[in-house]
Amino acid sequence: MELHILLLFMIFAAIIAIEVKDLLSSVVAMGTVGFALCVAFLILKAPDLAITQLVVEILCLIILIRATINKDLPLVIEGRWIFNTVSTLVFIAAFLFFGYQALKELPAFGEPLMHVVKKYLEEGTTSTGAVNLVTAVILDFRAYDTLGEATVLFASVIGIMAVLRSPGRKKIEEKEK
Amino acid sequence: MSLYLLCLTLFCIGLYGVLRKRNIVKIIIGLAIIEYSINLFFVLLGYRFHGRAPIDAQDQNILNMVDPLPQALVLTSIVIGLGVTALLISIAIRLYEKYGTFDITKIRRLKG
Amino acid sequence: MIDNSKTGMSLIVKTITRLTVGLILLFGIYIVLHGHLSPGGGFAGGVIIALSFVHLMLAFGKEVVTSKISKNLASNLESIGALMFLSIAAIGFFGGSFFLNILKKGEPFELFSAGTIPLSNLAISLKVGIGLLAIFLALVILEGAKKER
Repeated sequence: MELHILLLFMIFAAIIAIEVKDLLSSVVAMGTVGFALCVAFLILKAPDLAITQLVVEILCLIILIRATINKDLPLVIEGRWIFNTVSTLVFIAAFLFFGYQALKELPAFGEPLMHVVKKYLEEGTTSTGAVNLVTAVILDFRAYDTLGEATVLFASVIGIMAVLRSPGRKKIEEKEK
Repeated sequence: MSLYLLCLTLFCIGLYGVLRKRNIVKIIIGLAIIEYSINLFFVLLGYRFHGRAPIDAQDQNILNMVDPLPQALVLTSIVIGLGVTALLISIAIRLYEKYGTFDITKIRRLKG
Repeated sequence: MIDNSKTGMSLIVKTITRLTVGLILLFGIYIVLHGHLSPGGGFAGGVIIALSFVHLMLAFGKEVVTSKISKNLASNLESIGALMFLSIAAIGFFGGSFFLNILKKGEPFELFSAGTIPLSNLAISLKVGIGLLAIFLALVILEGAKKER
């Protein structure tokens, strides 16, 4: 029951984040969604995820606020507003319908299929020595996943360094001429 | 089932933001909301009624643990999401420097 | 710690930061080292360590952190973290395959147990934490360069 209330709260905050005019308020509403997600992870018995989501959300908020502060602009509404909105809503309704059909095939909430994990739960502590089974999975049984994650993060940092580099001396001298 | 549907609704709100809004920051926020809903969906799939957190305790044998595999996958996904968001934000800052606006239709109009 | 009254926020924020920033750093290190025993691990601990530096930068101005960790040093440390993780994975070749946990397992519920998992946690925390700090430093240095022009 508390999960339903929390999800409704998240949906409400997401609508505010998408629809409000002020950019800073929009970013703060997005932070609300993230912190509610952190509480939802705690209720779903995932403390590792709750800690990670909390700290990542704080860093994400700092970066987003730093990008949007003092950069507000009024958005003008032009023609074809009704056509665009209606076509988007029709597409989303079709998406929801097919998504509902697909969700019927999944196992019911609270009774997961645990074929693969049964082995991990039984042998996890004895074969790896780690008590925290999530750590045992990401750093021992499925460490290739973590290696791929490190690669993606490395590529992301290189991309940001390349995009945000300050212009070289040559370019500044050309501008001064 | 109703929880899955609410999660899908959250996904659709983010999708609406990505498709319909013209401000770049709003599009990034929509992408972040999509990411949250997907993460939540994975963890919902692994939940078990009356389950315990997947951490062994001393002096007792716990049998009914929740599924640790979706949690491990989502743990990497959260950090990747932060990297992607930071990359998008830096590109948006560069676009704002060049064009002086976050509006994508105006950015398209001013070429070169 | 440089106490320059011109840059940064007000006196109250600076005093509270001086009291709390060490505790935040210590908590991050605790989370990293106990990753195989309690909730947490390399990802969360690394981000907490990065947040302690970000906290210092927000309160005292960017010179305090950039004088200690420049952008190039941050990039180098991040690469060292990635190489550390790869070499820990390559240790497994002595036992037969990639990512094999061949070190001594030890007793469960002890700090020094679980073979290569604590070492991997350290490498991951260095990689994630310093990587995110490098992203933030790039964003901040860009803003400073724009104001100088």
